[in-house]
Amino acid sequence: MLKIENLHAEIDGTEILKGLTLEIPNGEIHAIMGPNGAGKSTLAYVLGGRPGYEVTQGSVTFNGQDMLELEPHERASAGLFLGFQYPVEIPGVSNVQFLREALNAQRKARGEEPLTGGEFLKLAKEKAGLLKLDMDMLKRNVNVGFSGGEKKRAEMVQMGILDPTLAILDETDSGLDIDALRVVGEGINAIMRAPDKAVLLITHYQRLLDVVKPDKVSILSQGRIVRTGGADLAKRLEDEGYDAVMEAA
Amino acid sequence: MSEAIILPTRKHEEWRYSDVEALEALDTGAFEDWRDIEVPAGETYRECLVIEDTDGPSDSTELHRLRVKLGEGARCELFGVIASGRLGRIEVVTTLARGSHFELGGITVGGRDTTREFVTRVAHEEPEATSNQVIRSVHWGKGTGNFLGRIDCVRDAQKTDAAQSFKGLLLEKGASVNAVPQLEIFADDVKCAHGASVGQLDEMARYYMATRGLSPELSRRLLVQAFIGDALVGLADDAAEHERLLRVALDKLDRHL
Repeated sequence: MLKIENLHAEIDGTEILKGLTLEIPNGEIHAIMGPNGAGKSTLAYVLGGRPGYEVTQGSVTFNGQDMLELEPHERASAGLFLGFQYPVEIPGVSNVQFLREALNAQRKARGEEPLTGGEFLKLAKEKAGLLKLDMDMLKRNVNVGFSGGEKKRAEMVQMGILDPTLAILDETDSGLDIDALRVVGEGINAIMRAPDKAVLLITHYQRLLDVVKPDKVSILSQGRIVRTGGADLAKRLEDEGYDAVMEAA
Repeated sequence: MSEAIILPTRKHEEWRYSDVEALEALDTGAFEDWRDIEVPAGETYRECLVIEDTDGPSDSTELHRLRVKLGEGARCELFGVIASGRLGRIEVVTTLARGSHFELGGITVGGRDTTREFVTRVAHEEPEATSNQVIRSVHWGKGTGNFLGRIDCVRDAQKTDAAQSFKGLLLEKGASVNAVPQLEIFADDVKCAHGASVGQLDEMARYYMATRGLSPELSRRLLVQAFIGDALVGLADDAAEHERLLRVALDKLDRHL
């Protein structure tokens, strides 16, 4: 699914990723944990093609394609979804309009027929129900006036509608209360837990991993993956902290 | 013998940012041609004005000069899109009687090196009248959008509620907008609000939209549509006209003229 090799990337001339190597096969949920400033969000943005995040070395292959050659919107059509730590507000554009345009743009790029208004609303309603988000929220402008938790749930509704093969979720659990965390976690399971899909889950906390059970956990530190293990690695981190676990490694 | 008409220059306040050279191409008759709209007491009048070039870029100058007189409790709603011409200009002089309302929603859109402008004078001559003007300008190339809005509020016009909002969106370096709000208020119990701002597309919003699959062209179109939508809020009850005006503006953007 995703193969990252010796990835180096910088922002404004400062190198943040320093030779990151990571492979995620189909069907895997891979959690990335790491101290603040390790480069977790940078990794998400580099994979999402954000302008200003410059790859200086290395390669990223997504389903056999050179991902770094693709524009951000082309990556989306190819099946990538980036869940934002801070979802962006778009005044004047409703969720329904935005997501219908986005889904149909992706379908067009893949040579599929666009969904009609009715078909789209049915799909949106189903996914909103899954995330327990009121359909009225989707008629409002994108993320405008949403609480932190609503924004994160709306991100997952977007993911459900767009139905990607690979989701990179950047601290999707931050800002969620306990109930919302469970709803979002179960949403991730329902949408992404499948043999032909994969998830790169960036998180600080074990709480989300209690709901979304990772197949693998990697620790990102100073721009590189320093350790990879099973779900128990996250538990050890929670108990002992980064310093102790990395020292032992 | 016909009298020669002295064309304005940029020294005239109302033509300060205009393309006065373009006026030379006009018939003198067209320049003097003011259209009068009288709305009797209690009645409502609505009109949509469009200046566009349907067959590629045009070098014509198009001038609309309106004089609106509102009776007691009357209402006039004007919506306009200026999307073309070497110079496209809509001028409106409105006089409001007691309790009447004037609504203007205007959009200027386009590139090249042409000027598109709304110039208004809203005279609150009696108490309790209200007015609301919303102008949105989207330009690229060396295109210019102007809004010169004057509000006069005479000493008797107590309880006037007048509002003016201008926002410019510049898609490329080289484009410009000018906003000149001018408020002359002689009554002491009135509300006169005005605001003007200019900015560029929100690049973070565009990136967010790209990660959902929208091409740069599509995200720009959606954001521009949202931006100019403010000017057409008052037209929301007429879906067909709302759609027509929006389409004129967005077609202009798509063709990038």
